Amino acid sequence: MKPRDLTDLAFRNLREAILRNALTTLGVAVGVASLVAMLSLGVGLQELASKRLSQSGLFDTIFVTPRNNFRGMGRPQREVQSDKPPRTLDEDARKEIEKLPNVIEVYPQVRFFTEVRFNNKPFATVVAGMPESSRNSGSFDGMQGNFFSSPTANEAILQIEFAKDLSEKPASLIGQDLVLRYAERQALPANDDSSSPSGEPSGGFSVVPKELRLKIVGIVETEPAAGYGGYGNARLLMPLSTASTLRAAQVNDLRDIVRDNTANKTTYPSLSVRAKSPSQVEELETSIKAMGFAAFSLLDASKSLRTFFSVFDLLLGIFGSLALAVATLGIVNTLVMAILERRREIGVLKALGAADSDVQQLFFVEAGVMGLFGGFFGVLFGWLLGRAITFGTNVYLKRQNLNPIELSSVPWWLVIAAVVFAILVSLAAGLYPASRAAKLNPVDALRYE
Amino acid sequence: MPNAEIAIQLDRVSRQYTMGGATIRAVNDVSLSIARNEFLALLGSSGSGKSTLLNLIAGLDRPTSGSIMAQGQNLAELTSIELARYRCNTIGMIFQSFNLLPRMTLEENIELPLRLAEVDRGERPGRVREALERVRLTHRLGHRPTELSGGEQQRVAIARALVNRPKILLADEPTGNLDSTTGEAILSLLRDVQRQLEMTIVIVTHERPLAERYAGRLAIMGDGRLLTASETVKEDAR
Repeated sequence: MKPRDLTDLAFRNLREAILRNALTTLGVAVGVASLVAMLSLGVGLQELASKRLSQSGLFDTIFVTPRNNFRGMGRPQREVQSDKPPRTLDEDARKEIEKLPNVIEVYPQVRFFTEVRFNNKPFATVVAGMPESSRNSGSFDGMQGNFFSSPTANEAILQIEFAKDLSEKPASLIGQDLVLRYAERQALPANDDSSSPSGEPSGGFSVVPKELRLKIVGIVETEPAAGYGGYGNARLLMPLSTASTLRAAQVNDLRDIVRDNTANKTTYPSLSVRAKSPSQVEELETSIKAMGFAAFSLLDASKSLRTFFSVFDLLLGIFGSLALAVATLGIVNTLVMAILERRREIGVLKALGAADSDVQQLFFVEAGVMGLFGGFFGVLFGWLLGRAITFGTNVYLKRQNLNPIELSSVPWWLVIAAVVFAILVSLAAGLYPASRAAKLNPVDALRYE
Repeated sequence: MPNAEIAIQLDRVSRQYTMGGATIRAVNDVSLSIARNEFLALLGSSGSGKSTLLNLIAGLDRPTSGSIMAQGQNLAELTSIELARYRCNTIGMIFQSFNLLPRMTLEENIELPLRLAEVDRGERPGRVREALERVRLTHRLGHRPTELSGGEQQRVAIARALVNRPKILLADEPTGNLDSTTGEAILSLLRDVQRQLEMTIVIVTHERPLAERYAGRLAIMGDGRLLTASETVKEDAR
């Protein structure tokens, strides 16, 4: 029989027992819906986590430090063996790294421990400079107040816990001023003392207390890209350019002054290098290490995160498939019942010249059509279920004064895969009934009343 | 009878069944030649094996032993797909209980063999109409079988059996569910078809008077065996 005739007959047969076939199809739809809902939650959570992490800048950022300075925060060192001697991380080095391919920007980690005065009360905290590029990175989405009005503004964004320390009503802080007290490095004139073993002048610097008034413009949940450089999370963020001009004494200064005459030369305890995409991080990291610096990225963490979500999706998929497995039994049952009911019809078809394969294909197409419709409606139900879960979660989050999230996601590949899977499962369910119908003896079938 | 004249040749055909350990010989060593354009009636009491023999000729069943040649094809040598094709193209079959599919219209019922024979869609309406014209039911094209009388349903079944233009028409008790007048009309129709289309017709019946009136030759079965097959062929049934 030609495919079109086969499909015509299959649709006609399905229409005849419409209630039973619709219920069977609904069973498939519910199975697919549970699968889609589970996987959409898995995909949604993965996207949410990836988005948060990429917003944090952790996965496209390489943290560069002088080689003998970096201990990887207790992790085993993964440094590329380099013949080059350890280099100082200074402005020249920064410019050199900036010229590497696929680098968007290189900015120093300006981060120092200092004291903040608010309402004449002292508060100790870590201050960090934020590059202007972090404005659009999404890291500050959902913050209270605004990002810095300009890259050189004397403004501050507070981390929420710090803001709570300053005031019981953190939101009221926005618009108020605080005073930053810090230690400024001031270079001393070159020393002509011949005791220097190298014979070169060995400079130094004095530390002068300074104050800067900053206007609080916003409050943010956490510091983006925090935790590198060994200072812990910064609780007060200010524009990087403003922070750099302070020439605030940093922890590496003392070491540098002992090692070399670099008091007049800007050196950095660490630099953050942003790559165009996380896929270029590994290559870039290798290049930087080859230049004589230590470099570290969170690429490995990202890889293990992907592994975690693959396993998570698999588990969700297995749970979702259970309902589909039950629906498969429904298809088998419906088609076996159809054989009993249509025994005589099968006999007539064979008497009129239908081959075993024609009968088999007819049942197969019927199973496939139920799978197709079940898959289609299942994706729809699954999507609606995902939306409902997201809606419910967001209502809860709103009550908790938290930002709404997109909990479920149904990408195109999931739609197509779910429909194809439903058809394949239905065809598999149709295997036994179809072969049983095909093997029916026409003489017995025609005798059947 | 020269070979060219023979439509169906049965040579020592037997069909046995095993039921509950006992062997039942439904058809036992039957040899019979049926000529082209012949109208043969297979007579016999219930359980005599006449329907089983008809099913063997129809290719719905295979003999346990012996051979069946139909239109030059040895049915024993055909694969199941070839046998299906034989049923589709060489044989037309009608039944006592009509066996029309109740949820299809007459047109769709008659179109069914054309679908199975993979006849072009464009050609099908003409063929369906032609078959319905032959049984004079063109005006009932869109009706369903349940809206028709028994006689009309059997006429539709005849149209369905003829639509693929087969060489052999097999009828299993075609008048069994009909009153005598309607039964006679059906047999008259079959005789007309046989004459106009020069077909070979084999009918199974237990109504001897009707068979004698319309069939060219009678073959009588009993207990699975062929008891007698009249030699004379009525000229008006040829």
